[in-house]
Amino acid sequence: MPSCLIVDDSKVVRMVARRILEDLKFGIVEAEDGKSALDSCLEEMPDVILLDWNMPVMNGIDFLRTLRKSQGGEDPVVIFCTTENDMAHIREAISAGANEYIMKPFDRAIIEAKFSQVGVI
Amino acid sequence: MNSQDFQLFGDIVRTRSGLVLTEEKVYLLESRLVPLARRRGMDSLEDLAEEVRRHRDERLLSEITEAMTTNETFFFRDNKPFDIFREVVLPQLLETRRAQKSLRIWNAACSTGQEPYSLAMLLKEEAAKMAGWRVEIMATDISDEVLEKSKAGLYSQFEVQRGLPIQLMVKYFQQVGEMWQIDSSIRAMVKFQNKNLLEDLSNLGKFDVIFCRNVLIYFDQPTKSKVLSQVHKIIASDGALFLGGAETVLGICDDFKPVEGQRGVYTSAINGMLAKTG
Repeated sequence: MPSCLIVDDSKVVRMVARRILEDLKFGIVEAEDGKSALDSCLEEMPDVILLDWNMPVMNGIDFLRTLRKSQGGEDPVVIFCTTENDMAHIREAISAGANEYIMKPFDRAIIEAKFSQVGVI
Repeated sequence: MNSQDFQLFGDIVRTRSGLVLTEEKVYLLESRLVPLARRRGMDSLEDLAEEVRRHRDERLLSEITEAMTTNETFFFRDNKPFDIFREVVLPQLLETRRAQKSLRIWNAACSTGQEPYSLAMLLKEEAAKMAGWRVEIMATDISDEVLEKSKAGLYSQFEVQRGLPIQLMVKYFQQVGEMWQIDSSIRAMVKFQNKNLLEDLSNLGKFDVIFCRNVLIYFDQPTKSKVLSQVHKIIASDGALFLGGAETVLGICDDFKPVEGQRGVYTSAINGMLAKTG
């Protein structure tokens, strides 16, 4: 079973994403900020990371830059999932190593479409 | 809705577009025609049916037909057909058409434009292999309303997130308020035109590739056969016809045969160049 780390400081968003991704047969790990997500990745690198941008302690973009420099951190497919829905943020995410980008609000169709595009379902 | 009114609307839609409305689609008819009736100041579908019987107004009949067409579409729908186009069909056509350096593609029933624009972006990405080529993408639909949206190339946040890879969005779209507009260079690659698939198609000219996906599923068997037969007349003998995943020519039209190993792709039963590739 492929694994997906859901990183978001909103419990509700994590719960909604978890429901959709469990239906898509992912094993789910959750983190509520970038620092906790890094700790989780060091313990076990997930196959996919669904990543919020604005979070306390460490934000999504700093997490991604640190992840990509870490050993094995090139491997996970990273899909941003954020309310930052302008071109400047999207470009910044891509240059930091994001594979895809979801603009909130999202629904099942968008999650499925994006996960399919990056080849993880 | 009474059965006479259902019959009336069903006949209008079938004779004008080929779409077949079975009895279980009565909910669809109500949900789509009630707003149309209200826009025209009528209280009910009975009033709308009465208006049709009295005046047979051409514009109203068109609006009824357009309201019943399904416009579900998204960028790079199903992915695989676009992979086949890029990796199998296009390389062969670039080889066989290298003398004339010309390629014509038809997107039948293009709805709001995501499919022809997907093809245009794909071809733009392959531009290095096509220097000096003249490429024409013709996109047609029965509905003026969706054609206007297509031409504008403006899509909601939801629409651009269904099937469009983020790298292509960054490259070929601009943000316009809360909407996203496809670049003018891509819009210029596609010619949009109103066309009813039940009409004579010969004035569209010959095409090397035809995308007619998720259209035939709405037609009855004789209409499918008629449309495919017409399509065969305007596709190059070594051209490629792309149908939707739930569609086939088998048992409907002998003019085409499936391209072995390339699901959803068909070529002329005689001289079908692509069939040789397996």
